[in-house]
Amino acid sequence: MLVQTMSLSGRKKEVSNKKMSFWESLYLVAIVKGLWITIQHLFTRKVTVKYPEEVRTRAAIWRGQHMLKRDEQGRENCTACGLCALSCPAEAITMTAAERKPDEKHLYREEKYASVYEINMLRCIFCGLCEEACPKDAIYLTESKVLVPASYNREDFIFGKDKLVMPLEMAMANSKNKN
Amino acid sequence: METAIIIEKSIFIFTIFAITMLAAMYSTWAERKVAAWLQDRVGPNRAGTFGLLQPLADGLKLFSKEEFLPNTPNKFLFVVGPAVSMSVALMTSAVIPWGDRLIIGGREVILQATDVDVAILYVFGVLSIGVYGIMIGGWASNNKFSLMSAMRAASQMISYEIAMGLSLIALLMMEGSLSLADISASQAGMNWNVFYQPLGFIIFLVCSFAETNRTPFDLAECEAELIGGYHTEYSSMRMGFYLFAEYASMFISSTILAVLYFGGYNYPGMEWAIENWGVNPANIIGIIVLFTKICAFIFFFMWVRWTIPRFRYDQLMRLGWQGLIPLAIANVVITGLVMVRHEIAAALGF
Amino acid sequence: MSTVLLIFCILSAITLATAFLTIFTKQPIHSAIYLVLCFVSVAGHYLLFNAQFLAVVHIIVYSGAIMILFLFTVMLMNLNKEDEVHKPRVTRLAAGIIFILTSLVLLAVFIQTKPIVGPYDETGVDYQSIKVLGQVLLNEYMVPFEFASVLLLVAMIGAVLLSKREKTEKN
Repeated sequence: MLVQTMSLSGRKKEVSNKKMSFWESLYLVAIVKGLWITIQHLFTRKVTVKYPEEVRTRAAIWRGQHMLKRDEQGRENCTACGLCALSCPAEAITMTAAERKPDEKHLYREEKYASVYEINMLRCIFCGLCEEACPKDAIYLTESKVLVPASYNREDFIFGKDKLVMPLEMAMANSKNKN
Repeated sequence: METAIIIEKSIFIFTIFAITMLAAMYSTWAERKVAAWLQDRVGPNRAGTFGLLQPLADGLKLFSKEEFLPNTPNKFLFVVGPAVSMSVALMTSAVIPWGDRLIIGGREVILQATDVDVAILYVFGVLSIGVYGIMIGGWASNNKFSLMSAMRAASQMISYEIAMGLSLIALLMMEGSLSLADISASQAGMNWNVFYQPLGFIIFLVCSFAETNRTPFDLAECEAELIGGYHTEYSSMRMGFYLFAEYASMFISSTILAVLYFGGYNYPGMEWAIENWGVNPANIIGIIVLFTKICAFIFFFMWVRWTIPRFRYDQLMRLGWQGLIPLAIANVVITGLVMVRHEIAAALGF
Repeated sequence: MSTVLLIFCILSAITLATAFLTIFTKQPIHSAIYLVLCFVSVAGHYLLFNAQFLAVVHIIVYSGAIMILFLFTVMLMNLNKEDEVHKPRVTRLAAGIIFILTSLVLLAVFIQTKPIVGPYDETGVDYQSIKVLGQVLLNEYMVPFEFASVLLLVAMIGAVLLSKREKTEKN
C-alpha cells in the first residue's frame, strides 16, 4: 500500500479545490449536517469523571507520594547513602545522616540512618528514579497510594520523615503477614 | 377603573421584567450546560442540584469583583455603555403578547403590557438603539480592540437590520397589521406563519443571530482577534451587564421569532380547550406553550453556537448585502404575486 | 399644570439643552451622542401628539441608522484638537446671518399657522393609527410615495451592485 493512499484512521478524505455548485454554496445542507452531528453528541454518554465522588481506578504501578519503608521488624530501611538524592533529576531530596545509638537498634536496621529526610514535593516529578537507585529497598512511590495534597503555602510541600516514613500499623500488619 | 388598570399593568410589567431577568440568568446556565452536553461533558454541577445555583454564584462573583476603570477621558460614557445595552434589551418585552387573556375576578386581563399599533416597528426601533450600548462602551474604553469591535458591531447591525426588515415586509403584507397581538391572534391553531413564509423565516432567523451578536456572527466579541471585543476593558457588574444584555436580547429575539412565525401562544386545539376547560386554563396552557417555543429557540441559538464556526468579516458582509437582501426582496415580490394571483388571473382572462 | 404639559416642558428642555450641547461641545463624539439624545427627545414630542408611527420611524431612521453611521465615521476619523480647522471670519458671519434668517422664516410660519380645531375630535377616527396613515399615503399621496420607494430601492440595489462589481474585476 502506498503511503499517499494510506489512511490510519480510516477517515482520510481527499481535499479538492473544485468549485462548489450553487446548492453547495448555500451551505444549508452542510449546516444541517453539522447540526445533526452535534445533536447526536447531546445524547452520547458523558466521559466526565465526577472526581471527588468518583475516583478512577489507579494502576498497580501508579506513582504517588513516596514512602520510606520499614522491614518486617519495624525498623527503617534507609541508611542515608544519598543515592536517591544523587539520582533525583529534580534535586528534590535532601537528607542528613546520623549514627545509630546502641539503644536504637529496634528503630533502624543498619548502623547509619537518616535523621532528616526531606522531599520537596513542588520539585518532585514523580519519575521514580529514587526508587530505582535505592540499594536498600527503602523508598517506594507505589506503596502509599496517596496523591500529594494541595496546599496554600510553599513550606507545606516540604515533606519530612513524619509524613514519609511508613506508619507503624502498616509495618505491624506487614510483619504479621510475613510470619 | 383607571387605578385598577394601572395596578394591573404595573403588576404585569413587573412580572415580565422579573421573568426576562430570570430567563437571561438561566440562559447563562443553559448555555454552559448545552455547551457541555454537545461536547460530551457534564457542565456546571457543583452549585446546587444540576448546578442550578450557578447563575447566582456567577452573579455574586461578578458583584464582588473590583470595578476597574481604564485610563479613559470618558468615564461617564464608559459607565453609560453597559447601562444602555441592558435597558434596551429589557425594553422590547413591552409589546409582546405573552398570552391571550385571563379572567381574574370578573375582569378581563390582557396578557400584554401595551398593544400599540406599531409594535413591530417599536421592536425594530429599540433594536436599532441597542447598538449604541456597544458603540459607546467600545469607544469609551480607549482601546483599539474595543473600538474595532464597536465598529464591527455597528456595521453588522445596520447591514442585517435591512435584511431583517425586508424579510418582515412579506409577513406584514400577509398579516395586514403591525400589532403583535393581531399577528398572534391570526395564527390560531396550526395556522403558523412559518408554513406560509419559510424563506422569510430563514432570513429573519439568520438576521436575528446577527442582531444578537451570537455565533456564527459574534464578530464584535470574537476572542481570537479582538480579545473580548467591546467588553475587554470592563470588569465586575459592568461586564456582567453586557453579558446579561446579550442573553436578555437572545431571550427577546427568541420570543419575537416564536410570536411572529411560530404562532405565539397558539397551539392546536386551543379553541376546543377554551370551550371545554374554560378560558383561564386554555390560556395558561397557551402561555406555557409560548415559553416552550421560546426555550426551543434559545436552545437552537446555543445549538448553532456550538456547531458553526465564526464567519470571516467579509463573508458576513457579503452574506448580508449580496445574499440576504436580494433574497428578502425576492421574497417580498413572490409573496405579493401570490397574494394578487386571482387578480392577475382575472386580468389575463382565465 | 397637567401631566402632558409637564412632560412637554421636560422634553423641550431636554431637546433644547442637547441641541445646544451638540453645537457647543468640542468633542465630536460627545456632540454626536447629544444629537442622538436630541432625536430621541424629538420622538418623545411626536409621541405627545399621539403620532406613534412617526415617533418610531424617527427613532429607527435617525437615531438607529443615520446617527450610527455618523458615530461610525467620527470614531474612525480620530479627530484631535490639533486637526480642528480654523474657520475664517466670513464663514462665521455668513453662518450667523443664515441662522437668523432661517429663524425669522420659521417664526413667521409659526405665527401664521392656526391650530386645527374641530373635525379630528368629532369624527372619532384615530388619524394617527397606522391603518389610516397607510390609506392616506397610498390613496392621496400614491405617486410621491411610490417615487420615494423606487428611489430607495434603486439606492439599495446600487449599493449591492457596487460591492458586486469589485468582485468581478478581481476574477
